[in-house]
Amino acid sequence: MLSAILVMAAIGLVLGGILGWASVSYRVEEDPLVEKIDAVLPQTQCGQCGYPGCKPYAEAIAKGEAEINKCPPGGLEGIKRMAELLGVEPPAAEGMEPKPKSIAVIDENTCIGCTLCIQSCPVDAIIGAAKQMHTIIADQCTGCELCLPPCPVDCIAMVVVKEDVTTWKWRYPVHMMKRAA
Amino acid sequence: MGDRLHTFNGGIHPEGHKAESSATPIRDMALLPRYVVPLRQHIGTPARPLVQAGDKVLRGQPIGAAEGYVSTAVHAPTSGTVIAVEPRAVPHPSGLFDLAVAIESDGEDRAVDFTPLDWRNLDPSALRNRIRDLGLAGLGGAVFPSYIKLNPGAQSIHTLIVNGAECEPWITCDDRLMRERAAETLQGVAIMAHALGVKTVLVGIEDNKPEALAAMAAAAPAGVEVVAVPTRYPGGGGKQLTYTLTGVETPTGGRSTDVGIQVFNVGTAYSLYRAAMLGEPLLSRVVTVTGHVARPGNFETRIGTPLADLLTAAGGANPGAVGEIIGGPMMGFDLMDLAAPVTKAVNCLIVKDPVHFPPRPAPLPCIRCGACARSCPADLQPFEMYWFSRAKDFGKAQSYNLFDCIECGCCAYVCPSHIPLVDFFRFAKSEIWEREQEKRASDQARQRHEFKEFRLEREKQEKAEKFAKAAEKQKEAAAAGPAAAPADPEAEKKKAILQAALERAAKAKEGVTPKNTDHLPPRVEREIAEIDARREQVVGKEGGEG
Ligand code: SF4
Ligand code: SF4
Repeated sequence: MLSAILVMAAIGLVLGGILGWASVSYRVEEDPLVEKIDAVLPQTQCGQCGYPGCKPYAEAIAKGEAEINKCPPGGLEGIKRMAELLGVEPPAAEGMEPKPKSIAVIDENTCIGCTLCIQSCPVDAIIGAAKQMHTIIADQCTGCELCLPPCPVDCIAMVVVKEDVTTWKWRYPVHMMKRAA
Repeated sequence: MGDRLHTFNGGIHPEGHKAESSATPIRDMALLPRYVVPLRQHIGTPARPLVQAGDKVLRGQPIGAAEGYVSTAVHAPTSGTVIAVEPRAVPHPSGLFDLAVAIESDGEDRAVDFTPLDWRNLDPSALRNRIRDLGLAGLGGAVFPSYIKLNPGAQSIHTLIVNGAECEPWITCDDRLMRERAAETLQGVAIMAHALGVKTVLVGIEDNKPEALAAMAAAAPAGVEVVAVPTRYPGGGGKQLTYTLTGVETPTGGRSTDVGIQVFNVGTAYSLYRAAMLGEPLLSRVVTVTGHVARPGNFETRIGTPLADLLTAAGGANPGAVGEIIGGPMMGFDLMDLAAPVTKAVNCLIVKDPVHFPPRPAPLPCIRCGACARSCPADLQPFEMYWFSRAKDFGKAQSYNLFDCIECGCCAYVCPSHIPLVDFFRFAKSEIWEREQEKRASDQARQRHEFKEFRLEREKQEKAEKFAKAAEKQKEAAAAGPAAAPADPEAEKKKAILQAALERAAKAKEGVTPKNTDHLPPRVEREIAEIDARREQVVGKEGGEG
């Protein structure tokens, strides 16, 4: 186990170094508009917009090829912010209320360790190796659901994230809504 | 310094209702059969549990350790057995449960050995670490870990303000503490002054507490000035008291330490005295029980005491009670569950009766009278912030310095339209926090996604290179002639290095495939460790390869 950790740590360091170096020396001239649009997108990387990730969708929007109401995880709020950013009228959006935030959970007793979900996860939030049980790092799961279809034994389920004292929010004062003119 | 007081803007004069609970001395409570000690009692990361169900504990034994920087320890309030470490009711406006250690007392109340701290000679950082492990947090209500505030740090602190103002109506725990334990409290103050290296120490007490003022003034050593400040809510707010005593304004979005001033509550000073002089962790605090109860007063209450038991100690609620408030009527919140325990943050339990706490009248539209702005001690414009919070235009609300609002409730108190302004500000603040949280999460997701793409691309290239190299080798082998002079020694060397690196990478790959566990925050790393442990259990020996 220790050697595994050391190897992983070493690999991590090396890759981190490469990434740092690559980001400096291969810095592509980014289109600032694309970056701004990408910043508004939720980075779920789910592909429900019809593009292979948030960045490609942002590029399509920037080129004027895509409508801005194609991102379900962003929801109405996302459309509103996108419209504000681009200075356009928010387009009609049906069924765009975002689902409650969920994360994927692997049933650890059923998992056969096939690594298919690891390959499908856009943000590397699944750990595990071949023939070993896999597990999802809750903090990093974006809830994109991309790992569900590849699993041959259907052992991944989406679980709604429960509210706790840290994520609890003060509600909109209701008595005002009744009276709001 | 104290002879020239400054007057902050705004403020109100609500009825004090102090006499109800301030007349009788602090009472001790009988040992209870059960205590529930939440692990999240302070601002920051909750304490990490150190015990599990079935463990025997002694009074003062740590049951939760500080986790990360902004955190502090929690301790067992008595000796007995841990019956559960699980989510329990806690005093929180949501009524949600939170992780807590439930302890069944054995009735003996045996304690661990407490060793007093040699605070004068201890290295400052060692002293602070001890204070962290003794679980000290601000008892004025903010429960910020005290050890951090005792670090003079980069900003040099020149003045220590000790807050005994206790401006909220109904609450009298600090008043009784100062009356009865002035000398001990001031010893705690001396330790604070020592840790911060300050020369000027000001103790601010509202002038509606003459006995406390007298007791503190009598016990104050040279160099500590006890100052009577005019009674006006919220005169005990950190920024307000700082201004009253020194005339120094705390910058927007900043803290008093930015201007070289540190503020501590008197209760915290007393607990520091116990920590340093007796070596005792923060095991109990003074809590006011008042309002519609049979025998209101103040109680030395162990942290973890169920509020229902505290209420019983005060004779129970009178008939006709309509609920309870934790904290004061201005800044407190409605208690959802009397099973919730007293925590370090709980200074007061008020039982409501319909006369003093009538239901709020239905709000009317804002008439823009400006009364709220005149009453605001933070010099804000509540009606503007209300307007934009109500419209969920949070950016605009923020541009009116929403985050400088201390939620004192003055504006809602004076509003002729009975608008629950603070409710809107709390709502807007938590929405903004959530958005910031989401933003951070999505930034992280973007980075991880980009890294994955980069990794895939690199792996593809590596593979291609390998193939190319293999093909080349074959070709070379086929055309192997002794005449083939080594082409370019430089290129040859590079190739060798590359080859070695590739081999190393391939070797490393044999052991483990995933490379997605680098640069992780400690929380996630802990999660992974837990997962590993579980995996060990599930997969057993057969999966335990190195
Ligand atoms: S006091 Fe109330 S009615 Fe007057 S301006 Fe403020 S919010 Fe409006
Ligand atoms: S609650 Fe906020 S806005 Fe209202 S008076 Fe207090 S500080 Fe000002």
